[in-house]
Formats: sequence, C-alpha cells, structure tokens
Amino acid sequence: MPTETVQDAAPQGRMLQTAVTPERVDKISAAAYRIRHHALNMGEVQGQGYVGQALGAADMLATVYGDQLNFRAEDPHWEGRDRFLLSTGHYAIGHYAALAEAGIVPVNELETYGSDDSRLPMSGMSTYTPGMEISGGSLGHGLTIAVGMALGLRYQGSSARVFNFLSDGELDEGSNWEAAMGAHHHQLGNLTAMVDINALQADGKTDTVLRTEPVTEKWESFGWYTQRVDGNDVGALLAAFDNAAAQAAAVGRPSVILCDTKVGRGVPLLENREKAHFMRIEEHEWQVCREQLTAGYEGKASA
Amino acid sequence: MSTTTKAASAPAATTTAAKPKLKTSAMIASFADPGQKTSSAPFGHALVKAAQENDKIVGLTADLGKYTDMHIFAKAFPERFFQMGMAEQLLFGAAAGLAETGLVPFASTYSVFAARRAYDFLCLDAAEPNLNVNIVGGLPGLTTGYGPSHQATEDMAIFRGMPNLTIVDPCDSVDIEQAVPQLAASEGPTYLRLLRGNVPTVLDEYGYTFELGKAKVLRGGNDVVFISSGLMTMRALQAAKALAAHNVDVAVVHTPTIKPFDAETVLAEINTDRLAVTLENHSVVGGLFETVASAVVTAGVGKRVVPVALPDQFLDAGALPTLHDRYGLAVDRIVAKVLAELG
Repeated sequence: MPTETVQDAAPQGRMLQTAVTPERVDKISAAAYRIRHHALNMGEVQGQGYVGQALGAADMLATVYGDQLNFRAEDPHWEGRDRFLLSTGHYAIGHYAALAEAGIVPVNELETYGSDDSRLPMSGMSTYTPGMEISGGSLGHGLTIAVGMALGLRYQGSSARVFNFLSDGELDEGSNWEAAMGAHHHQLGNLTAMVDINALQADGKTDTVLRTEPVTEKWESFGWYTQRVDGNDVGALLAAFDNAAAQAAAVGRPSVILCDTKVGRGVPLLENREKAHFMRIEEHEWQVCREQLTAGYEGKASA
Repeated sequence: MSTTTKAASAPAATTTAAKPKLKTSAMIASFADPGQKTSSAPFGHALVKAAQENDKIVGLTADLGKYTDMHIFAKAFPERFFQMGMAEQLLFGAAAGLAETGLVPFASTYSVFAARRAYDFLCLDAAEPNLNVNIVGGLPGLTTGYGPSHQATEDMAIFRGMPNLTIVDPCDSVDIEQAVPQLAASEGPTYLRLLRGNVPTVLDEYGYTFELGKAKVLRGGNDVVFISSGLMTMRALQAAKALAAHNVDVAVVHTPTIKPFDAETVLAEINTDRLAVTLENHSVVGGLFETVASAVVTAGVGKRVVPVALPDQFLDAGALPTLHDRYGLAVDRIVAKVLAELG
C-alpha cells in the first residue's frame, strides 16, 4: 500500500510554473501510480466498478490535484480554493483516490467505497464527501454549475479557478453546449474544462453510439482556448495545464484540455481486455492487476 | 380536412364581404378585471428592494427578462444580473453554481420551461444540496392563451415531488411583494408562480400578511369554505361576494404556500359541516386539490372535497377570459358550481 501523498507539496499561492521539469513529471507520475493503486484496492472490495475509467483518468487527476489546484487539505471548504467539479459521478472511485492523495480523505477510508453508510458512494455526491463540490452522475450538469461558480467567484472578487471534469460520452448531452456558449459569452477566463476522451460509453464505442468528433473543432468553434493531448502522458498534461494557467484570467477565454486516454491504463490485463463501461474483474485477478501496475511503474521509473 | 379544401376553393364573391371583426384574441393576456386596482411588475420591484438590503441576491434569466419582470432588477443592478440566453439547463445549473459560492440567485423563465425542460438540473443541482436557488416561473397554470407550449397547467404536479423545494402560488401583488424577501431569507430552493406585468392588488383589503408556510383565513362564512391559492384566491373572494347575494355565506382560506403545506390551518377549516371547495389555477391532478385531499385522508377526516381546477387535458388556445370561462375558473362558473353542489 503506497503511503506517500502530495498534499504537502500542493501549491499554496498562485505561482505559474512554466517548465515541465523531470521532477514535476516524476512527482505526478508517482501520484498517478498511487491513485491507480488505490482504485484497484477499492474496486476489489466491491468486486467490480469503474476501475477502467479510474485507471484511464489517473494521470489527469494526479496532475490537477498534485500540480494545479489551490486547496487546503485540512479545510476543504476554504473560500479561496480552486473548485474541481466531477461531472462524471461514476469516476468517483478515481476522484476519491485523488482526494486521498491530496490528504482530504484519509487513505484508510477508501476501503469503505460503495458500502452502506460510507462517505464514499459509488457515484460522487457533494453532500457525502469532503472535497466533492457537486453531485454529478446525471451527465451534462457539471459544466453548467461551473459556469455559475465562475460567475459567482468573479462577481465576489475571487481569483479562484474552476475545473470541470467531464468525459467524451458525456458530450452527447446538449447542456454542455449551452454551458460552452455561456462560458464564452460571459468570458469566464478562470474556467477550465478537462475532457477524458476514452472513446467509450455505456453502449459501446463513442463513435458507434453518437459520434462526438471532431471534438477539437467543436470546442474551438465555441470560442474556447482548446488543447488536445495524450491524457496518459504526464509531461504533455503538465504542459497543457501550464498553458491553460498562463492564459487564465477573470475575464478571458475559457479553456478546455481534451485528453485522449486509455481505459485500464497502467494494467496490461485490463488495457487488453474487451473494453467495457462497467468492467468485471475476477477475484484472483486483482493481485495480478496490482503486480502489473507496480511492474510497469517501476520499470518506467528505473528506465 | 374537408373544411380546408372548401375554404381554399371558396367562391371569389365571398372575399368582397366584410370579414367579421374578431372580438377576442390570445393577446388578451391579463386576468385582471377592467378597472381593477393593479401594481406594475411587483416581482421586479420587490427583488430590487430585497437586493438593496441583501447584497448576496443576484438575478438570472433565460432570454425572458422583459417577460418575467426581471428587467427591473437588471436595470437597477446590471452587475448582479446574468443573462444566460435561451438555455434553461444552463440557467438553473448556473444558478446552483452561483448559490454554491454563497450568493442568492433568483432565476426566471416561464414555468413550462422551468418545470419541463430543466427539472433534472433543479432537482440534482439545487434541491439535493438544498441550495438557496429561487425559481421564478412566469405564466403559471392558465395565464396565457398560447396553448400547451406556454400553459404550465401541471407545474405544481411536477414540482411537488421534488424534496426540499418550497412552492409558493401567490394571489396578487401584495403576496409577491411580501414573499420575495422571505424566499430570499429561507434556506433551500423555492419555486414562485410568478404573476407579471400589471398584477391585481387584492389582499390589502383583508388585513393580510404573507407568511411563508402559512395559510390565512381571509373571511369567515357559515355555509361553504373555499381553500384557494394563486389568482384563484382573488376569484374565490369575488365568488364569495356573489354568493352572498344568493344567501350563501362563504369563508375563504388562502394557502399561498403549497409546499410545505399548512395542513393544520386548512384541516381545521375543512373539518366542519360546510361544503369544502378547493380552487386552483392548475390541473386537477397533482396540485392544491390533491394536496388538500391527501391531508384530509391522512388525518382520517371523512370529508368530501369539491375541486375547482383545470381539467386533466391539454387546453385550447384563445383569449384568457374565454378560456377561464370555458375551463371553470371564471367567477360565474364558480358560483354556479357551488349553487349546484348546495342543491
């Protein structure tokens, strides 16, 4: 069980970082590894779950919590915090792991994930979990709420940023595009959307269910500062978030980081399994998953 | 089908005849009686007044500022007003986001759009976290002749099932002026059935004050008790006066808060020998009548209740006075119904 966290290293002031140094990449890669490890442990307790999504999005979550967000672990409601909204409520398994990594949720609480009376329900809810800003899950809500938060923070003179995490399947929901127009119209320069493009949704591959591509052109045409990166490349993620941070302003273009990710990333057994929205993992496979994850991480780290 | 064909092939001679002048129009959009005392845009002015005392209040609309009296607020506080465009999901999601930052949003659109288009956003983003989001819905019930696209005949039925939501159905300008600051002060989400434009002023003659969550007895009476909300309280008072000419003594109980419902006051009035009648500007399904009926049954009161309400159907387009008469909301129709009930 990994025990380190990045909480002590969370940025306390609004410092812009411009160089993607090996140290930053290593720190976030290690955090992403721990998030994946937590997610596998949480999935094992339930025997199933959205482990594939958590593994795929771990690098995004590690980057935003480990490098970008301004927060106080001991005071999750601190007024000056940046807001991270999990619109895709079912990614909560990954988000809880990130909250543990951030020191907001105790690591030893993660094993209660999805159990009766747990603060960590299967679908993320603000009324249950410290550090969870909204109750996602009904997809297409997060970005509309984010627009209101960004308006409200700006009106009250706050420079806090708002990050909304959504997924490519979620882009089917028209409300996102209402919000995309609204954010641009109101020039919410402190709003950043991060889209996990894993090309998979409940009924199958995104391009067979309802084609969302060309995604980049869509966001650009809505007036957003748009970047598209390999969402499992920590260096690329850091560079993209740095770019977004550099152009963030109370009044300005909202930004979106489109992240192409791989479901099950970091665990070859799951990366190569037939892709499923809700992944079934056999009892004996969890340990194999953990071993593959660690071998891959240590192999990369020593390379 | 055949009618259309006939009209198209009508002989040319008929076109020279003067067209009969239409007497009524869907543009007759006021339910105020001719010469009635009214107040202009009471919601807009009340919101400005409340906002002068509470700097957390902000306003939003979805391209209907001028039609929900929100423009009064927008003019007074341009920096506290946010136009969200014709995008109701964004309107209410953003209202929830504003409330998350500690502000007190009032978000206006028509009731049909709030209830039908944006329910999921109100339910999960505002009601579940119990945020102080105030929904302002114009054209509640039958207050427009535009037909089912604009007539929110089932808005209360839709909203009553939403946990945490307070529902207010005001009668007149007095109710609205007094309700707005109380809605802002109350925790949790609220839904106001807005009366807009020149709104009748009625309740000032009854020594009445609006209290959120309370029903009020406006007048006593020995033969009949009216339980009413919204503009139907105005009609109930008028019908009570008209029934006096028939030697029928009618009490009127106004219950502007539909949820949480003041069952105690209402049941005390219903549990008598008098004929009990509910009056509402809403479908007979899921509104005041069923709210009262469930309170009556729950309390074990064996009492018949007669509903005056809109029928469970999509309503016609037309002039408001025509439609109110057609669907039984007009004073004469209420009087006739009560007299028939009394035999």
